[in-house]
Amino acid sequence: MSTDTPTALRSSTPTQGPVRVERRLPRFAPLGAYLAGLAVGALLSALTGFSVTSTLIYGVVLGTLAVYVLTRTVEGRRKAADRLVTALVTTAFGIAMIPLVSLVYTVLDNGLPRFDAQFFTNSMYRVVGEGGGAYHAILGTLIITALATLISVPIGLMTSIYLVEYGSGRLKRAITFFVDVMTGIPSIVAGLFAFALFTLLFGNQVRIGVMGAVALSVLMIPVVVRSSEEVLKLVPNELREASYALGVPKWRTVVKVVLPTAIAGLGTGVTLAVARVVGETAPLLITVGLITGTNLNPFDGRMATLPVFAYYQLTQPGTATQAFLDRAWTAALVLIILVMALNIVARLISRFFAPKTGR
Amino acid sequence: MAKRIEVSDLNIYYGDFLAVEGVNVAIEPRSITALIGPSGCGKSTFLRSLNRMHEVLPGARVEGKVAMDGQDLYGADVDPVDVRRQIGMVFQRPNPFPTMSIYENVLAGNRLNNKRMKKSEADDIVEKSLRGANLWNEVKDRLDRPGSGLSGGQQQRLCIARAIAVEPDVLLMDEPCSALDPISTLAIEDLMTELKERFTIVIVTHNMQQAARVSESTGFFNLNGVGQPGRLIEFNPTERIFSNPDEKATEDYISGRFG
Repeated sequence: MSTDTPTALRSSTPTQGPVRVERRLPRFAPLGAYLAGLAVGALLSALTGFSVTSTLIYGVVLGTLAVYVLTRTVEGRRKAADRLVTALVTTAFGIAMIPLVSLVYTVLDNGLPRFDAQFFTNSMYRVVGEGGGAYHAILGTLIITALATLISVPIGLMTSIYLVEYGSGRLKRAITFFVDVMTGIPSIVAGLFAFALFTLLFGNQVRIGVMGAVALSVLMIPVVVRSSEEVLKLVPNELREASYALGVPKWRTVVKVVLPTAIAGLGTGVTLAVARVVGETAPLLITVGLITGTNLNPFDGRMATLPVFAYYQLTQPGTATQAFLDRAWTAALVLIILVMALNIVARLISRFFAPKTGR
Repeated sequence: MAKRIEVSDLNIYYGDFLAVEGVNVAIEPRSITALIGPSGCGKSTFLRSLNRMHEVLPGARVEGKVAMDGQDLYGADVDPVDVRRQIGMVFQRPNPFPTMSIYENVLAGNRLNNKRMKKSEADDIVEKSLRGANLWNEVKDRLDRPGSGLSGGQQQRLCIARAIAVEPDVLLMDEPCSALDPISTLAIEDLMTELKERFTIVIVTHNMQQAARVSESTGFFNLNGVGQPGRLIEFNPTERIFSNPDEKATEDYISGRFG
């Protein structure tokens, strides 16, 4: 090991061997520095009336400074920069996690009281105070989203097949451009589009579930196109050539070689696109409206959907305000669970349908 | 069965770029024809133009005539898909279909074209093709496993089995051994020697020893410089090319005095 010279403040001490042996901080040093930082932070915070938030902020800043200075004096500049950047990246991650954790916590906290069997089996028909549920809204959301998927997936998938397998030149560039534009349109515009379309077709005052499905497809199609396009591009060209070389026509190659090879990615993309639109409120608000009873026919009359249900529970509470707020929170919780379930399904799809290597 | 291919005045383009110029050659049936030459000289391009795989790329086209037993493959009424059914191809990198088992991979040419067949008939084709590709004994107990689980050499023989399962007349091989070790290469060279009894084989190779070992005739492609079209410099029996070639360029390339 190195021979420590007491006066050495520099990081490395000269040694006999070809490899520089460096002085190291003990392993608990960074942790200790942060704990000390937190302690000082708590003191500082106490000066202006103690709070956990300010303690954490003071503690993280002071701890990071302490670790940097300590490392700089003992281990040298490179190690100090390493620790500093690690601390910055970790802090950024922590800050990014705050809204997520806080949101999940709040929704769970407020939503769990009404997360009961009644919520899933009752509608709001003739309910003005406590009780009632979102049975009609949950089924409405599932039906309208399923319809939107039914509309979007064929159109989106075929567009992406065109873009990857057949398209070239100006038309392809135009489609890509407009798909990109569509990705960015606000959801209310999609709702207004569906509203205008159905008003033209069926006259004023029409509110049916399929309008909402059309509005959601406008939002969903570009997402499906983009994700499928990326996945289809990943299919190796060698497989297409292998198929052509066997005398297989192009369309059959696409259907039987390209799509099966990409099925895992396509499934994942579609599921994530569904998750993207399942919580849309604005377009459904103006196209589907809301009813208190159960309507399972998307081609006749208004339907209830979870986001709109939550919106109305929150903005137009009746006499028993707390009951309405509770139902709104539980509806939000059910939506989050739906989105999470869809994400898990997406992961499962990509795991189970991925081409097997067989080793 | 094995057919003769005659190529006359063939120019091959990528868009406006002339990649290969003025090829005239006759490829004999039931023999192996090797194509050698430096990288980028158009060997593979020429090979792919023989079964109309060249035009799969956007902007790619050919001028001139390729005839198989007298029939022009680029005739107006000829469907490129039919041409590829008669002229099979094996690629540089083994490319079994990852979604299919070994069994399904061998049958891919039939199944993908929706050919209906009985189970026993399908079993016969699989066994015959895998035996033809010298792979049967290695995989007969795991036909339902994915083809991508095999070793590189086995995968390449699986691709050969897949190509011969549709009973083509001609087999094109684009550097089939360049990704393989010497033992797998030997297995495939032995296989080619067996297959030439039934097929016309054209092979592109960078390995001159391989060309000398397996082929009856050899064509040497070369190009004058970057951006210039490649040309078929010399086409002769393999023995002649490697002992006493007509062209000085061929001799220089073969003896390593290239460039």
